[in-house]
Amino acid sequence: MKQKITACTDWALERFPMSKLWNEHMAQYYAPKNFNFWYFFGSLALLMLVNQFLTGILLTMNYKPDAELAFDSVEYIMRDVNWGWLVRYMHSTGASAFFILIYLHMFRGMMYGSYKKPRELIWIFGMLLFVCLMAEAFMGYLLPWGQMSYWGAQVIISLFSAIPVVGDELSLWIRGDYVISDATLNRFFAFHVIAVPLALIILVFLHIVALHEVGSNNPDGIEIKESKDPWGKPVDGIPFHPYYTVKDIVGVGVFLIFFATVIFYMPEMGGYFLENANFIPADPLKTPEHIEPSWYFTPFYAILRAVPDKFAGVIAMAGSIIVLFLLPWLDRCEVKSIRYRGGIYKKALFAFVISFLVLGYLGTQPATPTYTMMARVFTVIYFAFFLLMPIYTRWEKTKPVPKRVTDEPDAEDQYHAIVDVLEEMTTHEPMKTSWGATAFPVKPNKKGIIQVTNRVVKKLKDSLD
Amino acid sequence: MKKIIQTLLLLLPLSGFAAGGGVKLQHVDIDLEDYASIQKGAEHYVKYCLGCHSAKYMRYKRLAMDIEIDEEVVLAEIAPEGANIYDPMLTAMNDHDSKKWFGTNPPDLSLIARIRGGDWLYTYLKGFYTDPSKPLGVNNTVFKDVGMPNMLWQLQGVQSPVIVKVHGEDVITHLKLQEKGQLSRREFDQFVTELVNFLVYVGEPVQLERQKLGKYVLFFLLMFTIIAYLLKKEYWKDIH
Repeated sequence: MKQKITACTDWALERFPMSKLWNEHMAQYYAPKNFNFWYFFGSLALLMLVNQFLTGILLTMNYKPDAELAFDSVEYIMRDVNWGWLVRYMHSTGASAFFILIYLHMFRGMMYGSYKKPRELIWIFGMLLFVCLMAEAFMGYLLPWGQMSYWGAQVIISLFSAIPVVGDELSLWIRGDYVISDATLNRFFAFHVIAVPLALIILVFLHIVALHEVGSNNPDGIEIKESKDPWGKPVDGIPFHPYYTVKDIVGVGVFLIFFATVIFYMPEMGGYFLENANFIPADPLKTPEHIEPSWYFTPFYAILRAVPDKFAGVIAMAGSIIVLFLLPWLDRCEVKSIRYRGGIYKKALFAFVISFLVLGYLGTQPATPTYTMMARVFTVIYFAFFLLMPIYTRWEKTKPVPKRVTDEPDAEDQYHAIVDVLEEMTTHEPMKTSWGATAFPVKPNKKGIIQVTNRVVKKLKDSLD
Repeated sequence: MKKIIQTLLLLLPLSGFAAGGGVKLQHVDIDLEDYASIQKGAEHYVKYCLGCHSAKYMRYKRLAMDIEIDEEVVLAEIAPEGANIYDPMLTAMNDHDSKKWFGTNPPDLSLIARIRGGDWLYTYLKGFYTDPSKPLGVNNTVFKDVGMPNMLWQLQGVQSPVIVKVHGEDVITHLKLQEKGQLSRREFDQFVTELVNFLVYVGEPVQLERQKLGKYVLFFLLMFTIIAYLLKKEYWKDIH
């Protein structure tokens, strides 16, 4: 029997390089040993992609892409399909979670210079993935056919009509009608469930193949291939499997705790993951008072609104994504990781993160004069971060980069450090309770808190230099 | 520290969510585990609302199952005469008539609690006051120029507004009971609470089950994470 099984597997292995693939990408793929917290988000994003595929397939079994039936079919899934509510919430929460993970994943790349030579193509594939993901989310958002689905799509597609000469024809061609209608819903459904997911899979494949060709970056921004042992293996590298597979599973567990908390206790997330207005069926004759896109588009939406002219606004919005593509060539600094880069880049990145978050907030708010002014200021900061990069990254006073990777504190050390800080900030003076026993109530310690705050402020200041 | 600041900033937009609209909403205590309250709310709904408003995504059978009462009880005490247990909660009024009488079709209320929230519904249902300038003789504090008559006026009584001039504009500070209704103030508040409780339940009938299930899922994930962490520690012990 055993011989027969071996014969069978041999037959297959002679025809398909299973073990070669496994070794190249898992068991003998050497990853730097110093990955920290920020390196969980790639594998988690892949997990979310799988989640969206599986729940999406289950949803299509009961969803009806028809303007007359779509809204009802979603409520049918929520109420009458067994476990339909869970599948739908996993899909809707998954969409938002996907963007949170991707934004953190991109921020990781910007912190540790993962886009720099020789990883420019990985960044480009990643950016293409981001654009596809936005298209996927935008078209998927129309499918529940609620008021916000309908009017959000109406607003965004009408942007194409701002393009001179061909604009009106183009937006008519995209919608397949003069307004968002059944025709639009049907084609968006086709794109959402077939075309874009296919593109996503291909791009994920390319993203990973390109990554495994040059090897992973790490928090120190050092090429581990430059120091090898006598057997030709990187001394600071460890096989992806089993080390990072077991580590990523921990990340999956922690992430799923947050994910499940949202699904089971706050699936609407205060109107950000599922908007209240989207529980009203789409009505082409009633424009809602306040139309806003899903939260993950709001930074770009705020940039669009910040520009007074509609067409210029569209260009600015497109530009805000295009500059991200150019990042590997805008950054002229030789040093990759923020740990050894100059203070000016740290400050610039900090300003960029603030501007991105503030723009995200402003995109959810009605455009009052104050908010519009703020959006303009932060749009300028957003673009300045990228466009001035070729200049300010040349002035950078970088720190010496070590030859070998530095040790990361492990989770338990970090836990003990936090406990120590909490100890410092509190006192446990004995106190007689009303019934005569001695208790040690935890009280804040003023002196300790001031000490800790001073240290934190000093460290923050130092870390920005 | 930088990470903490970033996390806080990430959470900042979430705290900015508020109902808006100017009028302060009254808080309603929703208790979806109070099946008796949901049952009474359903009775009130059929008696006072179903005449015009469907709740088409809700079936009588689902109600019986969820609040654990016999189907016969639902048919006898809640559902209108002649309804089948498998029927959805549909109004008997047709679109043609409603358009003629009110100028619009009264909306389906299956999802109204998810659109407006319990507090808004509670304040709305208690917020009708006399306004002779309106075609139906009433107006509402949270829904200006409302197109719906006050269905509960016999129970609540008739309210009139107390108006104060602020910056040359009329502002309603509160409503005064002009004519007593069949219910006392407290009884009426309870009545509206039951009705809103029912509407919140109808908005998402699965929400109780969802929250109960969540505890087990989170417990499992916690155990899973602990075991995964121990496994990781074991594998990583010789990596320095």
